[in-house]
Amino acid sequence: MGSLALRNITKSFGKVDVIKGVDLDVEDGEFVIFVGPSGCGKSTLLRIIAGLEDASGGSVEIDGDAVNATPPSKRGIAMVFQTYALYPHLTVKDNMSLGLKQAKRPPAQIAERVDLATKMLSLEPYLERRPAELSGGQRQRVAIGRAVVRKPKLFLFDEPLSNLDAALRVNTRLEIARLHRELSATMIYVTHDQTEAMTLADRIVVLNAGRIEQIGTPMELYNDPANLFVAGFIGSPQMNFVEASAIGREDARTIGIRPEHISVSTTGGDLKGRVSHVEHLGADTNVYLDCGRAGLLCIRLFGEHQFEIDSEIHARFDEGRIYRFDDKGDIIR
Amino acid sequence: MSTARHSPFHSAAAHAILILYTIIALFPVFVIVVNAFKSRKAIFREPLALPDAESFSLIGFETVLKQGDFLLYFQNSLIVTVVSLFLVLLFGAMAAFALSEYRFKGNTLMGLYLALGIMIPIRLGTVAILQMMVASGLVNTRTALILVYTAQGLPLAIFILSEFMRQVSDDLKNAGRIDGLSEYRIFFRLVLPLVRPAMATVAVFTMIPIWNDLWFPLILAPAEETKTITLGAQVFIGQFVTNWNAVLAALSLAILPVLVLYLIFSRQLIRGITSGAVK
Ligand SMILES: Nc1ncnc2c1ncn2[C@@H]1O[C@H](COP(=O)(O)OP(=O)(O)OP(=O)(O)O)[C@@H](O)[C@H]1O
Ligand SMILES: [Mg+2]
Repeated sequence: MGSLALRNITKSFGKVDVIKGVDLDVEDGEFVIFVGPSGCGKSTLLRIIAGLEDASGGSVEIDGDAVNATPPSKRGIAMVFQTYALYPHLTVKDNMSLGLKQAKRPPAQIAERVDLATKMLSLEPYLERRPAELSGGQRQRVAIGRAVVRKPKLFLFDEPLSNLDAALRVNTRLEIARLHRELSATMIYVTHDQTEAMTLADRIVVLNAGRIEQIGTPMELYNDPANLFVAGFIGSPQMNFVEASAIGREDARTIGIRPEHISVSTTGGDLKGRVSHVEHLGADTNVYLDCGRAGLLCIRLFGEHQFEIDSEIHARFDEGRIYRFDDKGDIIR
Repeated sequence: MSTARHSPFHSAAAHAILILYTIIALFPVFVIVVNAFKSRKAIFREPLALPDAESFSLIGFETVLKQGDFLLYFQNSLIVTVVSLFLVLLFGAMAAFALSEYRFKGNTLMGLYLALGIMIPIRLGTVAILQMMVASGLVNTRTALILVYTAQGLPLAIFILSEFMRQVSDDLKNAGRIDGLSEYRIFFRLVLPLVRPAMATVAVFTMIPIWNDLWFPLILAPAEETKTITLGAQVFIGQFVTNWNAVLAALSLAILPVLVLYLIFSRQLIRGITSGAVK
């Protein structure tokens, strides 16, 4: 109940190829997150899965059945949009029940499911209100409720939290995680936000320019990125990339080291540089070190540290955490 | 901006300008209505004076109601205007939806073709239209006028409405599709209510030229039973004598229905603006 398979999906808008051959298997009950830079085709891929957009090639299979010719309402999916997309002329209750009414379900069943979703998302006080009379967070909860009511095989989320403020985003994120546990439904979720991706996902799919760069659990992507793109995309602050020759190494083209895997020393280390900027985040301190030919190095230190701007210090790499990349940008294992 | 809005001086100046403009715009209407209630002599002696006990006269209205079948003319004008308006809004909105929502070959070309009518006045085709109407036996019918006015109104309607429909959130339409709404329900229930202000604007811009038109009624439907009010009022304007009382009275009466229609649409306009949108 709720597996998804994409077989060599392609999509072109006119002459522009947006999706260039995507293969993916999502198992029942899995929480899969699509991440990637803006314009890489995440939303397009999601819309193809939903049936809102026809793929130019390849097939979409839900529960083993090819659904390429099935309209969105019959695919057993539900979608939550970034802009909420509630029907402005209907009350919260009618917003949630419209899909089932269209599917001609018996009223008793509709009432029961709306009731359940209402309880699950604490929407009782708002049932008779219109979307215009709700706050952004409440609207997104209603939109999630509308998806839950459909009891879909597949939940699709397109950046559902990006219009919410930071505090609400954390709350709604927890809510979605709880929902996933309680419903044990398959979910596919698009986001820009690293934290959302790392905290919610069973597996993350990193997309770039219409191709899948890597698929893996959050920790696999963090610890074992397949190439420069994934290494730079996952983790914040970004991984440092240094030309191998700049530190006298011949076994790679580029060396990658995460800011949290560098320590500082006054006596000696792999690289010497001048402190150009210090960011105090409370729990962490980010130090930016200008290392001349090797470029700008970001170092993330735990706790509070004081540094003089322009003072010279050494950076020492954690040898076991150095990533090596070849000429093509692929990792050397 | 906020200082301008709150400063009493600016606010007074803005109001003064608007009031002045209103007075200028309404002045001809005022003169027509005032003089419609005066005797012929009083009209020429003091055109700007309000009717008083001495100069007050309903002779114009009496002439109008006695001569010719003015109620019928009214009815013709109203039927032609309302039906054309309905067709322009319905087909204009549907075409605009198709152009803005669906990707198909020749979409842009079709849009340009439909917008061409804004630049080329339909009157250039009068002869061809007349020939067509004669051939199809539609001369001297209201249908002829309705067809021509629908064609005349569509280009601007499509142009304005497709621009507005592009702004309706894709997510909303997609949510409807996932919930199993048909494209017609999406169009009528989700999209149309959100572009209501634009519809009202188009309605006003379409309605007034139709109501005031003299050209096509004169050419396509001059018969007694299909005359419109603007054509009907012409009987009082002669080459040598003009019955001013009757002309002014007829014009005053002709203002009323447009006023009513305008009030209906402007209420829609306000309601459209204040209804809750997507986000
Ligand atoms: N209807 C369309 N016509 C033409 N090009 C389109 C259309 N929709 C999307 N594109 C193009 O396809 C590419 C991918 O778009 P998509 O919306 O999937 O990106 P995304 O990964 O969701 O980006 P974001 O993170 O900014 O939402 C973009 O370059 C966009 O310009
Ligand atoms: Mg997107």
